[in-house]
Amino acid sequence: MSTYTDKIRETAQRLLKECKVEMVIGFRKGSQPMMNEPCVVRSPEEVDQLIWDSNCGINLANYLTNRKEKIGIVAKGCDSRNIVTHIVENKIAREQLVIIGVPCLGMIDKRKIAAAADGEILSVTEADGQVMVKTAQATQTFAKSDVLQGNCSVCTHRNPVIHDEMIAEPVPEQTDVDPYADVAEIDAMTPEQRHAFFEELLAPCIRCYACRNACPLCYCPTCFVDESKPQWVGKGQDPADVRTFHFLRAYHCAGRCTDCGACQRACPVGINMRLLTKKLNKDCLELYGWEAGLSTETRPALDDYQPNDPENFIH
Amino acid sequence: MKNLLEHMGMEPDRLHFSWISSAESTKFVAVVNQITAKVKALGPNQRFVKKAAKVA
Ligand code: SF4
Ligand code: SF4
Repeated sequence: MSTYTDKIRETAQRLLKECKVEMVIGFRKGSQPMMNEPCVVRSPEEVDQLIWDSNCGINLANYLTNRKEKIGIVAKGCDSRNIVTHIVENKIAREQLVIIGVPCLGMIDKRKIAAAADGEILSVTEADGQVMVKTAQATQTFAKSDVLQGNCSVCTHRNPVIHDEMIAEPVPEQTDVDPYADVAEIDAMTPEQRHAFFEELLAPCIRCYACRNACPLCYCPTCFVDESKPQWVGKGQDPADVRTFHFLRAYHCAGRCTDCGACQRACPVGINMRLLTKKLNKDCLELYGWEAGLSTETRPALDDYQPNDPENFIH
Repeated sequence: MKNLLEHMGMEPDRLHFSWISSAESTKFVAVVNQITAKVKALGPNQRFVKKAAKVA
């Protein structure tokens, strides 16, 4: 992984020196273990801040919206798909970007580590598919494959779909995974069970909107939840309001979500709201053969009419 | 939309979509009858309903 870091710094430095870009968006080490933060580098002298490891789960496409500069951006598979979505939705122009592609082997789920670790975590390092967690008491080792984020363990687009530079050879894509097993499980329930399942899933939600803010798709100047004239949805924690917020947030991402996992990662109470967006991803795939962010040439599923679009829900 | 609502536990017969031209009065009546029958069979909606404002 440190070779990735070197290569990213080298690339960023070259791009800045040659004035190909005005800034490079990447990651730097966070103030706590497993909490790398987005970072904007504007001069060649600053590139040593940039790093890469398995804690770069934030989706950097989120920082491109409506920017006017020429930007170098570090992008793993899912970031690149959200960059494509941004280009298709006119939130950034392709010509403004130098995309520094990073083949990705998955990000670590900080909650899985925290749950498995014995005491306060002092540092987390990795080597050869192993993750070493140091606490005050001991050092524990986990197989990285056991502590991956849920979305990464079933990811089928690890390599950037669009890039100008690549910092390593592409990694093999996973082919033996079923990304929608969890959705299918819910679909197998009765409506009563499903209702109860989501009631429980969403009960801890404190309406902080971190999930919305972390998502590159949520760029409206005023979100429907913040509007008060008219007020579309109650702002409190009534279960019906919480459910309506989650329903609509997910629906606004229909045909656009790349299952990058940034929303779930950002949630302070650990809600897996991806179970909603994934249902829509699954429907888009099954009904329209559509996966978001794979090409700048095609129009998104909900933005396109085909005479053979399924319409069996209409009487 | 219907699929996601059902995924979240809304009953399949609760929400209906139709496309009826202003000239299709018979279809309109038929669809309304159909929907009323289906929704009556389900009974009053309990989901996505705000009961009363919670006062802490
Ligand atoms: S909804 Fe969540 S998983 Fe989907 S693109 Fe937004 S942040 Fe990523
Ligand atoms: S981040 Fe979590 S707690 Fe905050 S609004 Fe989203 S689901 Fe609710």
